[in-house]
Amino acid sequence: MDAYLVAMLVFAGFYALMALGLNVIWGLTGMVNLGLVGFFGVGAYASALLTSKLAWPMPLGWAAGATIAALAGGIMALIVARLRGDYLAIVTLGFAEVIRLVASNEVWLTNGTDGISGIPGPWRGAVTPQQFNLIFLGIVWTAVAIAFYLLSRASHSPFGRVLRAIREDEDVAAVAGKPVLWFKVRAFVTGAAVLGMAGALYAHYNAFIAPEGFAPLLTIYIVLALTAGGVGSMRGAIIGAIFLITLIEGTRFLAAAVPGVTPVQKAALREGAIALTLILLLRFRPQGLIPERTRTKA
Amino acid sequence: MTGSILEVRGLARRFGGVVALAGLDLTVRRGTVTALIGPNGAGKSTAFQCISGVIKPDSGTVRFEGQDITGWRPDRITGAGLVRSFQIARGIPRLTVLENLLLYGQAQPGESVLTAFLGTAAQKRREEALREKARAIAGRLNLARVLDNPAAALSGGQKKLMEIGRALMADPKLLILDEPVAGVNPTLSAEIATHIAHLRDEGMTVLIVEHHMDFVASLCDPVIVMAEGRPLMEGSFEQVANDPRVQEAYMGRRAVHA
Repeated sequence: MDAYLVAMLVFAGFYALMALGLNVIWGLTGMVNLGLVGFFGVGAYASALLTSKLAWPMPLGWAAGATIAALAGGIMALIVARLRGDYLAIVTLGFAEVIRLVASNEVWLTNGTDGISGIPGPWRGAVTPQQFNLIFLGIVWTAVAIAFYLLSRASHSPFGRVLRAIREDEDVAAVAGKPVLWFKVRAFVTGAAVLGMAGALYAHYNAFIAPEGFAPLLTIYIVLALTAGGVGSMRGAIIGAIFLITLIEGTRFLAAAVPGVTPVQKAALREGAIALTLILLLRFRPQGLIPERTRTKA
Repeated sequence: MTGSILEVRGLARRFGGVVALAGLDLTVRRGTVTALIGPNGAGKSTAFQCISGVIKPDSGTVRFEGQDITGWRPDRITGAGLVRSFQIARGIPRLTVLENLLLYGQAQPGESVLTAFLGTAAQKRREEALREKARAIAGRLNLARVLDNPAAALSGGQKKLMEIGRALMADPKLLILDEPVAGVNPTLSAEIATHIAHLRDEGMTVLIVEHHMDFVASLCDPVIVMAEGRPLMEGSFEQVANDPRVQEAYMGRRAVHA
């Protein structure tokens, strides 16, 4: 049970990092990004390959994962410069699928659908699995803390103000003297870097990555986490990630405790409970658990 | 200083089959409050969109302070000192009035990612200077009490004032206002006219599109009339109002029975 709890907290950390990254792109700047799992995957593969094939030290691999994902984000921002709303959603979704298909088919590089195994982890083998989980718990939540600190500052800085203005009305932001495209590129780069870092850390925690781990469902989870937590709010992103993990995992035990139903019915009950909770949350608290607030006071 | 600050020559723009601008010539003299009037569909708003860079003209040139700014991005045009307001007060609804004003501040180093992460002294100094300026502008426009309110919570008239205030934050040499008193009550409308007259007296040039003729008569000289994407005539409000061509453009031609 302890091991399970720690593992869930580690995953909550990954989710929180991803929700923070998405919050820069979607929450602050208003660019729908249904391809976030693609950036997560790019970071994971980059770090896994560099550390296992070229024997780079892990911290360098993580930095490379974030950097390459950021680069992909910058290119993405230029490609989708003129797209908004639904169109942006379709193109970003397509991007993530392209990443997944490349990972499945470029066998020489990624080992295809068999995935990459034996990715090194910090002190893995030298410590017990439970100690390893605890070490990683520290690493991932340190990353969350650093990302949260920096992104909160950015969010409440003049930079964040411009991103919010672009989200609300691009023409006004442009007339206010802000080069809109350049701000979008920087928002995408910043958010994708955090997503890539999350992916890199995930690869080294899991020791194994395969294309099927980067399916669109994960994107949907993170979008739900941010929506539940509060779109545009950095604290909301973290609270939303914890909330979502608790909801998904907690209902497992709740459903198990219901007497007189078959296992199949229990599984259905669980999914129903998750859906109902999210619907109720969005109905009665559409602004999220921690609504976005700016700090500028006269 | 006299002479022209803005010269528009042969500006044309069509939307599919609709010709919105068919060769607009327009000169705004320095230190004036010039009005651009005309019936609905005359192309006034399209002219503003093209001059401010929000949409690109098909042909023609826009010269501001002697410099060709045709086809420039809106942020560069604002940076050069030509700042526009929007017809429907397009506040950034979820930001406060103060944040809306600060948004229009120029040269804020805190708009770079790295500076934003670090929260440097330069960013804080500039932010303080911009706040000082925002407070002064808000005081002048009677917005001081609502600085912390979200823009969405303002009354229609206050939104119009905020539009003007935001534009002033960018230090315009030429301020172009798209219907600054549409839907505003007569008292506030007169107040807005006074604010604009003061700006002119301080040396700013203003170009206004407006349908309220009382407002135009009390404030604007010269008045330029547009119809069907072209300039029709220019003169004082008296001259323009008494010109049969202008009456015809607004009221339509009397039916000729053959």
